[in-house]
Amino acid sequence: MTPVRAPATADPQSAAARRRALLTGLAITAVVLVLPLAAGWLGTAWVRALAFAALYVMLALGLNIVVGFAGLLDLGYIAFYAVGAYTFALLASPHLTDNFPAIALAFPGGLHVPIWVAIPLGATIAAGFGVLLGAPVLKLRGDYLAIVTLGFGEIIRIFLNNLNRPLNFTNGPQGINLIDPVRIGIVSFDRPLDVLGVQLTSPQLYYYLFAALAALSALVCARLQDSRLGRAWMAIREDETAAKAMGINVRNVKLLAFGLGATFGGVAGAMFGAFQGFVSPESFSLMESVIVLSMIVLGGLGHIPGVIFGAVLLSVFPEVLRHTVGPLQEQIFGRIVIDTEVLRMLLYGIALVVIMLYRPRGLWPAPLHGTARAPGGGDAPPPANRAAGGVEP
Amino acid sequence: MGSFDTFLQQVFNGLVLGSLYALIALGYTMVYGIVNLINFAHGDVLMVGALTALSAITLAHATAPGLPGWALMIVGMAAAIVVCILLSLLIERVAYRPLRNAPRLAPLITAIGVSILLQTVSMLIWGRNHLTYPQLLPADPIAIGPATVTATKLAVIALSGIIMFGLLVLVQRTRLGRAMRATAENPRVAGLMGVNPNAVIAATFAIGAALAAVAGVMYAAVYSVAHFYMGFIPGLKAFTAAVLGGIGNIPGAMLGGILLGLIEALGAGYIDQLSGGVFGSNYQDVFAFIVLCAVLILRPSGLLGERVADRA
Repeated sequence: MTPVRAPATADPQSAAARRRALLTGLAITAVVLVLPLAAGWLGTAWVRALAFAALYVMLALGLNIVVGFAGLLDLGYIAFYAVGAYTFALLASPHLTDNFPAIALAFPGGLHVPIWVAIPLGATIAAGFGVLLGAPVLKLRGDYLAIVTLGFGEIIRIFLNNLNRPLNFTNGPQGINLIDPVRIGIVSFDRPLDVLGVQLTSPQLYYYLFAALAALSALVCARLQDSRLGRAWMAIREDETAAKAMGINVRNVKLLAFGLGATFGGVAGAMFGAFQGFVSPESFSLMESVIVLSMIVLGGLGHIPGVIFGAVLLSVFPEVLRHTVGPLQEQIFGRIVIDTEVLRMLLYGIALVVIMLYRPRGLWPAPLHGTARAPGGGDAPPPANRAAGGVEP
Repeated sequence: MGSFDTFLQQVFNGLVLGSLYALIALGYTMVYGIVNLINFAHGDVLMVGALTALSAITLAHATAPGLPGWALMIVGMAAAIVVCILLSLLIERVAYRPLRNAPRLAPLITAIGVSILLQTVSMLIWGRNHLTYPQLLPADPIAIGPATVTATKLAVIALSGIIMFGLLVLVQRTRLGRAMRATAENPRVAGLMGVNPNAVIAATFAIGAALAAVAGVMYAAVYSVAHFYMGFIPGLKAFTAAVLGGIGNIPGAMLGGILLGLIEALGAGYIDQLSGGVFGSNYQDVFAFIVLCAVLILRPSGLLGERVADRA
């Protein structure tokens, strides 16, 4: 007798595809877990580079929500990173207690806000700034939006640079140092830790934390992408008027885009403050905003794996450059002709122009509608009249 | 020095600054009027002009030490104008023309990339340090009423005035100007009328670049310093001026530039008193941004622009 109920995975193709996806996921997880241990052999600088790569992945995912999903070109994104970093810095360093006697009295043991308070707080304040930025620019599109967001980012940086008179809030250009490291329970991340017999150094601990946060961010973004909100974002990206006609509350959806994007920036900023132990307005210039933008443009605007790829590529590549091109120039020319920092910026500029001219959708773009499902993947559907004997079109 | 004297002094400073912003804003507004693109790299063209002029002046002074200051200035400006025109034609041809029909994001990102490229190449050629600009015109202060001015600042105002007048004549009275206005209104119909839109667009970029070159040289002369990042802030402020006047509108850019210069000079001069010492003149740059946000939110079409429902 034939079975009445077909097995759940009746389609052998989707079962194979799921198995492939699971194996790829496991492989990637294994690489991510082992990478810092391998990099540790090469030197701490490489582990730090990996940790920064994870931070940049978070930033890229956040900016991807604003630019990739919702189509709102934001050139001042780094302001939210700055807000998160300074929030953590103010709450977890001796700066406020040193400069404001009232606060020193209220907190005699010093301000040491734990991360499970500081991260949500940083995220919320950054989200507040995001909504603050989004509210006046709702009517703006394209170029104007870009310039205004750029101005906003610069305003934040100027204020951070100058809010040390008459009341010393941000310590001006000198920045805030002696920021607490991350502490989970009794484990402090600035000391090496013994995990299952393996000695993990401080940068390696931070790397695992950031990688976990980045993975969480990617998961959140993936769920958002397929939700009603995500589809609303893509609708307003494609055609705002049509979206309005379909009943989407464009104002709220845009504010949510700015706010949620800013949240990722805020969390990344708080972690940056803890990792580096020092924040100053110099780290939050326009160039940083442009770097994050180039990561998502290069990787594949609106496509989460592409964005992650772009972020990792553009944050690790300069480190590789620093270690290879420098000695190479020494060998060939006998001296450093082009400083690696300058070379890095040069390559960013070239990358932006070349990508826009030749691969405007990025190196790993989202598959176009209708092409992902077909077995050939992107092939044109067969002509309809072939079976009928062919009539001359 | 009474408070009215301070006021006059700040007004004069504002006019100097405003003339510079007006010249740069004209480049932004003409390009936007004709191809609907904000040329992010315009501020960096200014920077290249200033640094090229510095090199030319140094070279000229080394080869002909007897030349008077104003002659050196002319040599520098000529070199800057030539280099900037060629540079902007190259940029337009390579980076902007292929993307003329692309979705809005692409030319904007390309422009950012070009801007970075210009800054990095300038960093390679001229180094990272701030370079001093020589005092070419006599530096003795001249008193006009209660205000103190220098020859350089007077030259800025005079030269800008002449150039702006010349540009208005060009746009209103010549064939090229007519072709530019036609292409700005409707490129395809202009093409049908015998205008070559590509040539006109290239000419627009070239004129804008020439203006930026002159503005760059004068900016460096007024502040006596030039470096690879000097174009960013003036570029941004000039864009604000262009938007303030109504983007795409040439008299608007001139008006916007002068107005913004005045707002900035008066604001920087008086903000200490107005805010009770909380904010000082180091917040000067913030003024331009606040003006920008205010204009875009309250009157996006600018002072002299037409009312548009939704600025796209």
